[in-house]
Order: sequence, then C-alpha cells, then structure tokens
Amino acid sequence: MAGRGRGQLTFSVEIVGIGKGENLPPSTVQPTPVFPPLDQKPVPLQAGEEAEYMLALKQEFRGAMKTLPFYIRPAAPKKDVERYSDKYQKSETTDNSLEWKPDWRSFPKELRVREKRPQRDKSQAVPKLPKQPRVDKEEIIRKLETLEQKEEEGSSDEGEGEKKKPEEEEAEGEEECDEEEFEGETDYVMSYFDNEEEFGGESDDNMDEAIY
Amino acid sequence: MTTQEVRLCGLLLQEHFGDVVEKVGTHLIRSGVLNLRALALETKLALDLVKKSLCVLVQHGMCTFGAGRRGPAGPVEYRISCERIIHMLRYPRYIYTAKSLYGDTGELIVEEILQRGQMTMSSTVKTVADRLTHNMPEGQSMDYSEVVSAFSQLVETHFLQRCPPVASAGPSDSGAVDPPPPAVTPSEPENHPDCYRVPYINLTGKGKRRRSSEDGEADQRAAKKAKTDNDECGDEGIFWQVNFERFHLHFRDQAIINAVSCKLDQTSSEIVRTMLRMSEVTTPANAAFTQALSANEIFRALPSNYNIARPILDQYLTLLVDDPMEFVGKTGDSGGGMYVVNLHRALANLARATLESVVQERFGSRSARIFRLLLRKRHLEQKQVEDFAMIPAKEAKDMLYTLLSENLVQLQEIPKTPDHAPSRTFYLYTVNQLPTARLLLQHCYKTVGNLIERRLYETKENKRLLEKSQRIEAILASLQATGAETTQLTEVEEMITAPERQQLESLRHHINKLDSSENQVDETIFLLESYITSTQASR
Repeated sequence: MAGRGRGQLTFSVEIVGIGKGENLPPSTVQPTPVFPPLDQKPVPLQAGEEAEYMLALKQEFRGAMKTLPFYIRPAAPKKDVERYSDKYQKSETTDNSLEWKPDWRSFPKELRVREKRPQRDKSQAVPKLPKQPRVDKEEIIRKLETLEQKEEEGSSDEGEGEKKKPEEEEAEGEEECDEEEFEGETDYVMSYFDNEEEFGGESDDNMDEAIY
Repeated sequence: MTTQEVRLCGLLLQEHFGDVVEKVGTHLIRSGVLNLRALALETKLALDLVKKSLCVLVQHGMCTFGAGRRGPAGPVEYRISCERIIHMLRYPRYIYTAKSLYGDTGELIVEEILQRGQMTMSSTVKTVADRLTHNMPEGQSMDYSEVVSAFSQLVETHFLQRCPPVASAGPSDSGAVDPPPPAVTPSEPENHPDCYRVPYINLTGKGKRRRSSEDGEADQRAAKKAKTDNDECGDEGIFWQVNFERFHLHFRDQAIINAVSCKLDQTSSEIVRTMLRMSEVTTPANAAFTQALSANEIFRALPSNYNIARPILDQYLTLLVDDPMEFVGKTGDSGGGMYVVNLHRALANLARATLESVVQERFGSRSARIFRLLLRKRHLEQKQVEDFAMIPAKEAKDMLYTLLSENLVQLQEIPKTPDHAPSRTFYLYTVNQLPTARLLLQHCYKTVGNLIERRLYETKENKRLLEKSQRIEAILASLQATGAETTQLTEVEEMITAPERQQLESLRHHINKLDSSENQVDETIFLLESYITSTQASR
C-alpha cells in the first residue's frame, strides 16, 4: 500500500504534491550551520526618544542592582596558605548577617540568620575545639620560651596576642570591636611573631652582638 | 516550566542578584517545591547563603512560602514563580510608564520600589525626596508633601498595592502560652480590604542634599538616623509593592488604542481611549469585554478639546463596530446604543497580526500570504493553497514545506475509509493560532536568552579594556574635583589610544543594540502572553 519507491512512508507522497521521479533536496544529516546568511534582512530596531530612554533606564537599573545588598556574592575561595596580606585585604563578604533588615514578621522564622558573628564562627568550630587549645597552648609555650629576650618590647604585644587566642576560643559573645581594637592599637600585626619564630632563636645564640 | 523559560530566569537572576541566588533559584524552579534543608542539600551551598538567597527572593516577591505537605507542623516549603522573574525584563517599561503618567516623582517612586522589592511609604518618600533634591539646582529642595501626594496618586489608581499580610496559623496575640506557629502563609494581596488604603503618616520636611565633600561617616550617621526616624512615622510594617497586573492592563489598553489609531484615525482612538478609561474600575482583570457603555455617556465623557458633534460620534461608533478587527461591539440600543470594547478579540487580532508579521519578515511576503490564507480558511488542501494564493505550484510547495518544517503550519489527516489508506485520505494544511502563539512565545524567550548571553560574552571579551577605561574615568573625575590643569587632563585622556577608543565605542554600540533588542522583544512577549492568558481565562 505504501509508496515503496521512496522509502517506507505511511502515505503516498503524491497527495502532498511530490510528483513521481522528482528530485528532492538531500536529507540533512547534521545540525544547521551557525549564523547562516539570511534571505530576509531583519527590520531595524525602533529608534527614538522613548526607546533610548528605556535603554538608559535598563542599564541604570542593572548597575544599581549590583550595588544593592540584594546582590549576593559567594564567599571568596580559601587560598592554599594564609598570607600576611590577608588581614589587610578584608573581603566584602565577611559578615554573615544580611546588610538590610527585612521585616521578619512576614518572613518564615527559619530564614533568620543569627547576627552575632564571632559566635557563629566559633559555634561552627566547636567540634574542633578540643584539638585547638592543645595546639595553641603549645604555641604559646614555645613563643614564651623563644621570646624571653623580647619581653620588654614584646610584652604588651604578647599579652594582647595571648589574650586574643583565648578570646577566639571562647564561645561567649565577644564583640568584634575588641579584636579589631587590639589589632588597630599596635603597629605590628599579631601574626608577625607567629611566623617568625626563628627570630628569637637567632637572638638566643648571638647574645654578644648588638641587634639592629 | 520550559527549558527556555528556566534558562532565561537563570540569566535574569544572575544579572540582578548574583550567582548564588541564580543557583538557588534555578534549582527551585526545576524541582518545584522544596523545603530549606532539601534545597541546601541539593544545591550543595552553605545554609547561610541559601537562607540569604531565599530572603532576597521573598523580599522581591518572586518566591512564596507556605505550610508544606505535612501541614503546619512540617517544614516550610518554598515555591518560585517563573513569570515574576521574567517580569524583570519589563521593569524599564514600568518605570517609563510611571514617568509618563506621574512625572519624575512617580518615576523615582516606582524605580525605588522595584529595586527593593517592598518598601514602607515613609522610607520611599524620604529616599525619593533626597534623590530629587540631589538633581535640583543649589538651594532648592523637594518637599516631602509633594512626594506623598504622588505616592497617594499611584495608590489610588492601583499601580501600587500593599504587600499581603502574612496570616499566622494560630491565635498568637491571645497572649496564651501557645507555641508560636512555625510557618506563616501570606494571602493574596487583593483579598486584603486595606489593599489600596494610604496610611496616615506624619512626615514633614524636605529632602536632604547629600554633599559630595561630606565624609562618608556623616552619611552613615544620617542613614542610621533615618532608620530610627522610621519608627516615628506611624506606618510600621505596612509595605508596598508594585501592582504588575495593573500595569499590564494599562499596556494592553495602550496597545489597543495604538492599533485603532493606526487602522482608523486619531479621533476613533480617542473615543476608544475614553471608553476604556470609563470602564477601568468596573471591568474585572481578565474580562473578555468591558462593561456596556451608552453613547450618551461616551459623549459626556469625551475630553473637552475634542468637541465633535453627537451625530459625528455616532458615525464614528458605527465605523468602529463595522471594522473587521472588531474592536468595538454593539450590544444594545438603549441610551443611544450600548457599546463595549471587545478586549479578548482585540488581543487575538493583535496576536494574529504579530504572527503574520513574523512570518512575513522571516520568509517573505508570499509565504505570509499563504499563512494568512490558512488562518482565514482554516483547512486547505495542497491544490487549493496554490489556487487561492495565486502562486505557482512549485514555489507554493516549497514555501509550505518550509513553514511546515518550522512548525508554523500543521498537516491534518482526514481519512475517507476506516483503514486510513493513504491514497484515500485527505491531507489538509492548517494553522492553529493558539499553539502557534505559544511556539512563538518560546522562541521569544530563547531570543532574549541569546541576547543576554551575547551581551555577557561581549562584556567578558573586552573586560580588560572596560576596566581600563573605568579606571581612567575615575582618575579624570578625581583630578577634576581637585582642580587640575588641562594639560594633566589631556595626558590622562591620552592613556587610551585611538584604536582602543574605537573599540570601546563599537563595544558600547553593540551593547546598546543588544539591550534595545531585549526591550523590543519584551513587547512581543507581553502581547503574546496577554493573548494566551486571555484565551485561557475565557475558556
């Protein structure tokens, strides 16, 4: 019944208008080319005051949205090694709380993000807490041993450094400004001495020579 | 949700809210309804980020939440509405409409509320007054009362509405020791009786001019003071959002009026505009036609600068009724003749005109002739198409097959015998307007997606150049502020070489073109969407 000549179709193609023996274009075996030349050129865009004003509005809106607090940037990826300069390149997304305050009455309660920042960081670090004090205490002891000569210069800094570490471990609400205050008061960054432990070691050996 | 819609939503979310919200939003669209835990688990993002993204989406009205399948005791489930996200394409058009109706003040009010999703009246008034004062010449400032009046006008004409209050599940204000309801469900905004009631706020003062020489701290202090001032204004907790439906009705009316003025003349379009304006409040949103208006009423309501005589008005109305586009229909003879505007039919005709124009621009005027023929005559055989369209057989065949391969034309089999023998079956070509409109709508979504992606690609390719030019502009601005000499300025300007300048210029030109195209495609999207919703509502 079907037109045996032109493949196995379910209807005879004379009905749709393809005559017998006519040349059909070859069947496509690949996707159509990208950007083919168009037979009909497209109509030009609407120009005029209204179109231009709406264009300006659109671009301004886009720019404004990028500056609003609704534009959420993901946290910066962690670098492989902690660098000295990290402390001075404060990333923009360090606070976990929203920078705008929605009306929580019309939002589900579970979406509320707790605002106490150090507390959140420390509460996430709670499982690691048992390990941390031991490591830190060892560091403190080592620091004390190697920096005995530096007591005069480093005593105030050390005291703050020691205070800083227990502060970090405590889960109770320490305010952010305390940490920053300590960091801001001195000219030297706390971790300066952490990295350079051989500094004190050298001075141990060369007691006779003056230290420049 | 179709693939193209999901893709477009993802691109829009990424542009306006960042990658995190895009990931959360796209995943929620694909999965339908999810609760917070499941969402965080499946997107593998930090719970905090997911919470923030959901807050942003709820604030902008794109995500709704409600008690889940396990009832009020179970976790809250979130649902995203795709069409609200796609409405973001139309924001410039909303702002421009507000400007044309209510001036600069209205424009800024709508822009602020669109940027922030929901706002209280007092904060809107203050921000807008400050912005207007900033643009005014020295010494002048914008009074709050003017902004308040513009705001009230927007609310009266229903362009702004209150955000729906969230109905709590239990009697929380009885003061009893009830456990607080874990989930709260917002209701429809229209159901609230006070939806369009402007609250009384005691807000007096003028906009503050922000001096550029002031320290950033002073601004922060002022901002904090503004927040505490909020509590004294008396409209705590009353948030306002833009009423998109009302804007859409306005656009639809505009489209009809433009069509009438193109087809007939200016006076007829004024008559139709008057009729639409009179029936604004009485016609429900998706009605097929407006309320019946008598010719006497229309005559009285015509604007005064159109002093046409009563018999002339009757002639115009008869012309409108007899027009094959059927914009206006006559439903009775009392009161000098009862007339309605056929909204659904007008939208259908506009959609049909869009389809025909697309076929014409894509495939040529002869294919368009075949298309129009099939729309009018519904079903035609191959031979009949050739005869009616007066096109030679070979070319007609070619065009029909092209249209068929693009799915704009369908083939309908009508068997003569129960065994569907091909030699004894009629094969008829046909065009169905509604499915074709849907197809075209999906093409439009894909087009806008492509435009956005191309724009992002162009920006990325020339990122280095754009950053360089931004830096140089910043340097120039700071130099000018500190009063540098012209030699220094020219030196800085010359840091961008001439070919780079040319490249920048052409880049700007491309991006402007792509943005304009998006706006224009959005007009077609609006028309097709309105037609489809109207058809579904009238079924």
